[in-house]
Amino acid sequence: MDIVAQTVASGVLLGLILALSAAGLTLIWGVMDVVNFAHGDFLMLGMYASFFGWAVLGLHPLAAVPGVVVVLGAFGVLVYLAVIRPVLRGSVLAQIFATFGLGILLRGVAQFAFSADYRQIGDSSFATGSFAVGPVHLGIPQTIAALGALVVSGLLFALLDRTTVGTALRATAEDRRAAELMGIDTGRMFALSWAVGAGCVGAAAGLLATYFPIFPDVGAVFGLLAFVTVALGGFGSVGGAMLAGILIGVITSVAGLVFDPAYKFTVAYLLYLVVLVLRPQGLLGRA
Amino acid sequence: MVRRSLAQLAVAVVVAAACVQPGAAPAGQQQTATAAATAQPPKEVLIGAVYPLTGALAPTGVDLKNGIELAVELINSGRPDIDLPLLKDGGGLKNLGGAKLKLVFADSAGDPAKGQAETERLITSEKVAVMTGAFQSAVTATASQAAERLQVPFVNAESSSPTLVARDFKWFFRSTPDDSMFAENFFQFLDDAATRFPGKVAKKVVILHTDDLFGSDVNKFVRQFAEKYKYEVVSSVAYKLTAPDLTSEIQRLKASGAPILIEASYLADATLAIRTMKQQDVNFQAVLAMDAGFVDTKFIPNVGKDAEFMLTREVWAKDLGTRKPIVKQVNDIFRAKYGTDMTGSSARAFTGIFVIADAINRARSIDAVKIQEALKQTNIPASQIVMPWEGIQFDARGQNTKGRGIMVQIQGGEYVTVWPLELASKPLIWPMPEWTKR
Repeated sequence: MDIVAQTVASGVLLGLILALSAAGLTLIWGVMDVVNFAHGDFLMLGMYASFFGWAVLGLHPLAAVPGVVVVLGAFGVLVYLAVIRPVLRGSVLAQIFATFGLGILLRGVAQFAFSADYRQIGDSSFATGSFAVGPVHLGIPQTIAALGALVVSGLLFALLDRTTVGTALRATAEDRRAAELMGIDTGRMFALSWAVGAGCVGAAAGLLATYFPIFPDVGAVFGLLAFVTVALGGFGSVGGAMLAGILIGVITSVAGLVFDPAYKFTVAYLLYLVVLVLRPQGLLGRA
Repeated sequence: MVRRSLAQLAVAVVVAAACVQPGAAPAGQQQTATAAATAQPPKEVLIGAVYPLTGALAPTGVDLKNGIELAVELINSGRPDIDLPLLKDGGGLKNLGGAKLKLVFADSAGDPAKGQAETERLITSEKVAVMTGAFQSAVTATASQAAERLQVPFVNAESSSPTLVARDFKWFFRSTPDDSMFAENFFQFLDDAATRFPGKVAKKVVILHTDDLFGSDVNKFVRQFAEKYKYEVVSSVAYKLTAPDLTSEIQRLKASGAPILIEASYLADATLAIRTMKQQDVNFQAVLAMDAGFVDTKFIPNVGKDAEFMLTREVWAKDLGTRKPIVKQVNDIFRAKYGTDMTGSSARAFTGIFVIADAINRARSIDAVKIQEALKQTNIPASQIVMPWEGIQFDARGQNTKGRGIMVQIQGGEYVTVWPLELASKPLIWPMPEWTKR
């Protein structure tokens, strides 16, 4: 029983990080109908930013999180202006290729600039510290990262729900033409969605960097899971992304206990397929 | 009008037919023709090397590349002060008029299909005389298939899957011992440890392994030899290389109740596994690792003090230099050039180049068939290799029968040879202290 509790707890912690990164992805999709295939690589860049903040400036990775959010947010806007906006005029296929190609480019540049070595943010006593809650051991950086993810997600909700800008974003997501007719500058909204979306990924990256190894291909580890999370939760629904993230985290963790761990992701993907068949718009997506 | 187009078409077809090379002669035969036509020995001998230079295993790829480049540099320049084959000949391959070795690298990116494609390209376009590669057994399997088909020798220095020599290939030669021999080494080591620490060595083991060819083979052979040496394998836990979290896997290990863990992991997953074990307070008498991630140059820097007391089978250790001076000599040069010590990977890749160069030199030619013959006659003594082997000599399957592994333990942040006892530089520490008691 202890073992199951431990597994579920670890699953929730991982799921929250997944949820945060998926939230960013689903926001961009919801507002613009563009899937950012370079999403995992944005995460990778954020992790490197955190690493260099620590290595060069001596910043504790947690303190660096706001900085990474800003850096990635700015990068998101840059990507929107330089890559996405021109490609919006083209076919959907062109948009897919654009972000996909961007991802490959980022990976190559990262390997060239930073080498293929695995980096780890120093102080391993912090990275391996843990505390016990009954029979369950929670890793310190994982718990802090999960709490951080909750906080940032809460901020995201507040932005979308309580502010004018957030309402404008949601309006653009719902119906672009109508939003334009209401006087909302959709171009600005697109750029903002990239900024906020990338910023969320940045937050997830900064939190992950406290304990996860950093290398040019780390995007592949989380990228695919993020897509599944977004699709499961419903494209465009931030709440859906949060819920799906936690679900996937717990399910893969428990599946590893019940079935052969080599197949634990298979279970998550199977679940996703089932949901797709029964409810194609995802758990909380709009129909 | 029609007649003129037909005429033009006919001319085009005839010209095209004349341009096309007749047949698809294997690279070996083409080289024979070239070699026979020119009586002069070549100035340069091309060696193709396919390794994971990008992707998840890129750090290891860089290490292997360094080992190979150093070997080529030493052979080409000659070093009378080092007692390795060919180095006292004044530079280059003596029997080929001092011809220099030239490496042509290709990136497998860790992918078997890409490794195979690149091998084909190296042989057919770059016209390399011999191929070497590819570290990962899964990539070596496909790359050497291409070489076998194109009839070019493939010398494999670092892949440890035993299936590689079970294919009845004629052009495949492997200098390193394989996971089957290494798995047996584990149990020989455990038996020796049990005589040293009577009553403190359990008979139950649990296996944690990646779900690729390397990991699955380790699992298979450990189970095979466990039966032979009367140890019980309680369970095997496989995991995907790219898993971001290993909680379920580690909890399964805990649930098995086995005191001894045998692990086959690469760098990132090994780091993650150990950290998870520490965080979740999962303890073992010993962790016996099958090389790979545990011997990566970044393993101890990344895992830090938590790596202490872990055991790994190794193929090579820096402290072999205390019993074998050429090991220290070569490692010092490597360190001066690249800033890190050699590892079992770079040391084996380094040795592989000497096997190739020695064979080409004895063949007195870059003809594939002659090199193949020369490789079969290889007999390099223990004193002339930087490895802890009894020598290099290939059997009918292409396997070096004189190789063996060693066990090293991480003590004080360094790899210390603890087995075989006659090569040990320090005594074994058993069992591993619990996480909370360190």
